[in-house]
Amino acid sequence: MLSEALKAKFDQVIARYPVKRSAIVPLLLFGQDEIGYISDELVEEIARRVEVRPIEVIEDISYYSMLHRQPIGKYNLQVCTNISCLLRGGEEILEHCRRRLGIDPKGTTPDGLFSLEEVECLGACCGAPAMQVNYEFYENLTPEKVDRLIEELRIRTANGHPR
Amino acid sequence: MARGDEAGEIETPMPETTLATAAETVTLVIDGQSVTVPKGTLLIEAARQAGIEIPSYCYYPNLSLQGACRMCLVSIAKMPKLQTACTTIVSEGMTVHTQTPEVANARKAMLEFELTNHPLDCPVCDKGGECELQDAVFRYGAAETRFMEAKLHHEEKRFSNLVYYDWPRCILCYRCIRICDEGMDVNALGIAFRGARSEIIPNREDHLECEECGMCIDICPVGALTSGTYRYKARPWELSYTGTICNHCGDGCKTTLGVRNNEIIRANNRDHSGINGEFLCVKGRFGWDFVNSRQRLTVPLVRRNGHQEQSTWQEALSLTHKTLRAIGEKYGADSIAVIGSNRTTNEENYLLQRLARTLLGTNNIDHHRTADYSSLVSALTEARATDRYATMDDLSAAASVLLIGNDPTHQHPLAAYQIRQAVRLRGARLYVVNSAEIKLAVRQASVFVKVRAGGEADLVGSLADQRPVPPGLVLNGADKLGALAERLAKESDTIIVFGDELRGAAIGDLVRWGLTLPGRPRFMALGDYANSRGAADMGLLPGTLPGYRAVADPEARARYEAVWGAPVPAGEGRHIRAILDAAQSGEIKALVVFGSNPVKTFQLPEGALSRLAFLVVSELFPTETTACADVVLPAASFAEKSGTVTNTSGQLQWMRRPARGFDVPDSALGPVPTRAEPILNTMRRTGTRSDLEILLALAREFGARWPYRSAEDVLREIIASVPGYAVALPPLLMGRAVATQAEGTPPPLERPDLVFTSRDSLFTSGTVSRFSWALNSVEESKQPHGHIF
Repeated sequence: MLSEALKAKFDQVIARYPVKRSAIVPLLLFGQDEIGYISDELVEEIARRVEVRPIEVIEDISYYSMLHRQPIGKYNLQVCTNISCLLRGGEEILEHCRRRLGIDPKGTTPDGLFSLEEVECLGACCGAPAMQVNYEFYENLTPEKVDRLIEELRIRTANGHPR
Repeated sequence: MARGDEAGEIETPMPETTLATAAETVTLVIDGQSVTVPKGTLLIEAARQAGIEIPSYCYYPNLSLQGACRMCLVSIAKMPKLQTACTTIVSEGMTVHTQTPEVANARKAMLEFELTNHPLDCPVCDKGGECELQDAVFRYGAAETRFMEAKLHHEEKRFSNLVYYDWPRCILCYRCIRICDEGMDVNALGIAFRGARSEIIPNREDHLECEECGMCIDICPVGALTSGTYRYKARPWELSYTGTICNHCGDGCKTTLGVRNNEIIRANNRDHSGINGEFLCVKGRFGWDFVNSRQRLTVPLVRRNGHQEQSTWQEALSLTHKTLRAIGEKYGADSIAVIGSNRTTNEENYLLQRLARTLLGTNNIDHHRTADYSSLVSALTEARATDRYATMDDLSAAASVLLIGNDPTHQHPLAAYQIRQAVRLRGARLYVVNSAEIKLAVRQASVFVKVRAGGEADLVGSLADQRPVPPGLVLNGADKLGALAERLAKESDTIIVFGDELRGAAIGDLVRWGLTLPGRPRFMALGDYANSRGAADMGLLPGTLPGYRAVADPEARARYEAVWGAPVPAGEGRHIRAILDAAQSGEIKALVVFGSNPVKTFQLPEGALSRLAFLVVSELFPTETTACADVVLPAASFAEKSGTVTNTSGQLQWMRRPARGFDVPDSALGPVPTRAEPILNTMRRTGTRSDLEILLALAREFGARWPYRSAEDVLREIIASVPGYAVALPPLLMGRAVATQAEGTPPPLERPDLVFTSRDSLFTSGTVSRFSWALNSVEESKQPHGHIF
């Protein structure tokens, strides 16, 4: 179930809004950060806390592509292929990730470490081509930089570094 | 008359009343036509009132505004671009054009958009012929499209056995979501994803868990949501439509049967006629299919050598008459008893008690009483307040409702809907006293007083006599009752609705206390089935003649003796529990049962009726009671006959038999159905007869010359002779609900356990629901009673 810290966070976030249901999306994000995805239990819990029916939470989840109903990799590589990144090799970066990880966009590596996504503009055009890994940005990417990043993330995990 | 033109000419001040009215209306010009409407009216409604149609999908009266479909764009002078008529509130002097080329272009463009992914499968779509999108495309164009891309397609989804969803047809108007959220308060539908890929989703992601009312299907302007029992079966123009009254609960909803080739194909109430408007619950919309069950009785059965064998009407009726007469002559009239039905028509009930009283010579007649109407009539008569019956219409217009006992969400879906409408649309306050946390208490109540099981009557007694509340009676806080009394004292015209928790003296207490509330408080008793009220009104009671006249009252007997030309026995008869006890002890030798299943209802032990010398049962289906019978008469169902029924609030309505109802041979009925495909067959099962026909035939056997040829003939006599039923016939026959005004001083309730509800859920309805495929096909029917969806 939810950690005490997350429960406290939920209480704090809900108190921020005049209408409880306004807190649905932030609660989903915080919940997803802790659990890794949005489980059925999390949907029920959030619905209960903001006093709506679960279907209203499900509606929001389906609207936002950043919210996941299924477990995804520990690191979600979100590669931008929108115009600036496209001009600066974004598609090649995506292709490189695909080959390197052996998965298609929306896929997850068998060890559960990496997921890959093709996304629209990340707002990082000045550092194109860019990608977002969980909440961190990596810019001016080259295939070599991507390789180093992936290696670093593997080592980080082996050392028991948190997400 | 445009008021602006006249304004300058007014010299004398207008009378104050006129000024007040003028301040509350707004006059505007739509397509050159001056229109005056109440302030706050939406432009789309103002136009409709003036006979100008503005097309719309997402706008729907009494639902929240969506402003999503953009079909209602109109041109308003001094506004920069086209405006949505459904979200614009009229203002004084507004000039609106709905027919300009700009508006026409906008409509055409919107339709082109709607059709981006919409399949052109009108020829096979259920909605074809009554589709709002199809109609609009015919009227406003957009037959050609500029989109070259392939249409998106998803396969249809089965949300439940009764509700299917075809994504490509959906135009995302949100009507289904809003009727489910706002009208039903179930919130079972949602919208997922976004943009052109948005889709309607059920609350359990891959299936629905809801009341299965099907309101979403009917309100869908296109063929996106379709009915599991109607889909791909017929085209709407092939059906002939007959408005009749649903035969399930006691609320008396109008349901319009769509009939083709003597088959009922569907039921809905899209013409909004009747006391229920467009509302129907799962039973009204789908639960009529028991009519078509293969298990219907279709041949009279007569017991020979211990076995029920097929017989003929002539033999069955003649045997019934001879045996009853012989038993009456040998053991006396008191050895015969009659049990009537909560579903048969008033005319049938009236004739049944006439048969019992004048031909069998006994007052041993009763029925399963599901609400104590007699005590309500008695209390209101005593208080000279017989104008204080609340109707189902009053309920939706109420400012304040006090609900004591019952669970209308399950047992009285229309009453629950009316209460929700009052709360939602008119800001009414709901006060609930109940031993269970029923949905209305949880979701709509301003004050909920939770009492211990069976504590409702004690609570009413405390209120009436201003006694201190017994300890342990109120479970959710000692101050709750004080809060309730305080709030009610500030309300006006409260409607007090109660279930079987109040009976006998408790109803007297309730009326005595209730009438002291401010304004014009009114009362409604909630009883189970389509004609529970009518059974009591028509005197299916051992001590009460039709119209709540006491059998013991010589004047009342004389009144009916004059009408019937035969003596009415003076002594009060046995009530139903006494009848069943006497049947087991052998005092009652012969029992006549019409449309009732006492063996099940009263949980009689095995062989309880074996001491009867003769048992005759008129029924639709084989039941625990017909199994014991010596003669079984196969009866016609509600959809196969005409007559009146009185709903639980006393509204009289005409149940109309579909016009094209002729017997067809059994061979035309088709193969035995599988569970997945309910059969729909004849408008009258061959071999059956209505209870009215059976009673008339039996009377003929007895040598009586009753002057009736039809239900109308009997109804005329009821109108002429039953107190409280002196209503006008034409509005009734035209399908309107007419309020009756029951009055009288019937004897007090003999014992409390004569009145009890069957506690049907949304998916059960006594015997008949056992034979409904639709009601049993939904998973929700397996939920425990009182489950909140």
